[in-house]
Amino acid sequence: MCRDCGCEAGNARAFFEGNGAKADVETKVDAGPDGTIHIHVEISGLGGKGPREHRHSHEHSHGDGQVHSHEHGEGGEAHKRIELETRVLERNDRAALRNREWLDARGVVAVNLISSPGSGKTLLLERTLEALRGVVGCAVITGDQSTDNDARRLAGKGAPVVQIETRAACHLNAEQVGAQLERVVTDGVRLLVIENVGNLVCPAAFDLGERRKIALLSVAEGEDKPLKYPVLFHDAPVCVITKIDLLPHLDFDLARCREALRGVRPDVTLFELSARTGEGMAAWIDYLAHLVGR
Amino acid sequence: MHELGMASALIDQVGEIARREGATRIARIEVRIGALSGVDRDAFAFAFPIAAEGGLAEGAVLDIEDVPLVVDCRACGASTRPEYPIVLCAACGSGDVAVVSGEDFRIIAMEVE
Repeated sequence: MCRDCGCEAGNARAFFEGNGAKADVETKVDAGPDGTIHIHVEISGLGGKGPREHRHSHEHSHGDGQVHSHEHGEGGEAHKRIELETRVLERNDRAALRNREWLDARGVVAVNLISSPGSGKTLLLERTLEALRGVVGCAVITGDQSTDNDARRLAGKGAPVVQIETRAACHLNAEQVGAQLERVVTDGVRLLVIENVGNLVCPAAFDLGERRKIALLSVAEGEDKPLKYPVLFHDAPVCVITKIDLLPHLDFDLARCREALRGVRPDVTLFELSARTGEGMAAWIDYLAHLVGR
Repeated sequence: MHELGMASALIDQVGEIARREGATRIARIEVRIGALSGVDRDAFAFAFPIAAEGGLAEGAVLDIEDVPLVVDCRACGASTRPEYPIVLCAACGSGDVAVVSGEDFRIIAMEVE
């Protein structure tokens, strides 16, 4: 119903389809109480893949011969409403999809390691590269706000490594990763490990094209971290509890931590290990080898 | 604090569509923030006008709808809203659930002039 004049549309109706777009057009001509002629044209459902729109335009022909035309959306305001229903990070999602397809085409599996700074990502990665050397071809993209210290720590272990310095940004995005793929994923690489910027909040929102997000949590951090930062621990189907060699010195409650993890991610695959002593490393290495089909 | 980045991504996306539609101004933007989307409502509302400044969406009304976490339980069949941030069935406690809503951050619609 038109809010301006109260009339109902529906005298004539036509449906158009072409070029992937569909339009449903309704027209109505009627005489208003003051003798003016109203021509209503209502167009809805435009746009195949594009945004759907609803347009409602009026022509008012008055007795003096003047014709006024205006257009308004469903609310009766002079606005056109455009339905979108898209993800806000659509651009990143598209780049992530390109990365995923690029990796899939080469038989490469990517994992995205996310944790707080200081949870032991880089040491775990050093030991992982050493263990997989000669078994699974690995490559590493490592992200930090500044310095290439991590890349230097990881160099010389048989895997190509590139460092992305994100500067002000608190996470890696799919475009940054995509720009490095050709450089780092050389012949023979089957596993790409992306070590994200140390941060439990922001990296969770950005798909990089990985097969698995893997969250890390050290026993020095507190067992309730999955409840404090549930978005990451919910998004990550795999979680690694690190530095378990420190357990005798801490009040960390491992059982409560597992319960918190399963509360936010009931089907989580859990590893508990110490990269320093090697305890629990075998299961982790087996998992990665299995992930790439070895 | 990635909400400014999120707000910029939103502004870029709606700006592109508005220009394609020949609009001169974006009057209103509707978004839906899921409880487990990782986007903080207040931080986003704060960042939005900063990201919008100087563009087609400057001065636009931001309409935020909060979407609760809803899970369907495969064990007991109930559809429940567990207490944030738990993702277990609120009826029987099972973890064998499918998340129905609450994970997404979406632009629903916009109004342009």
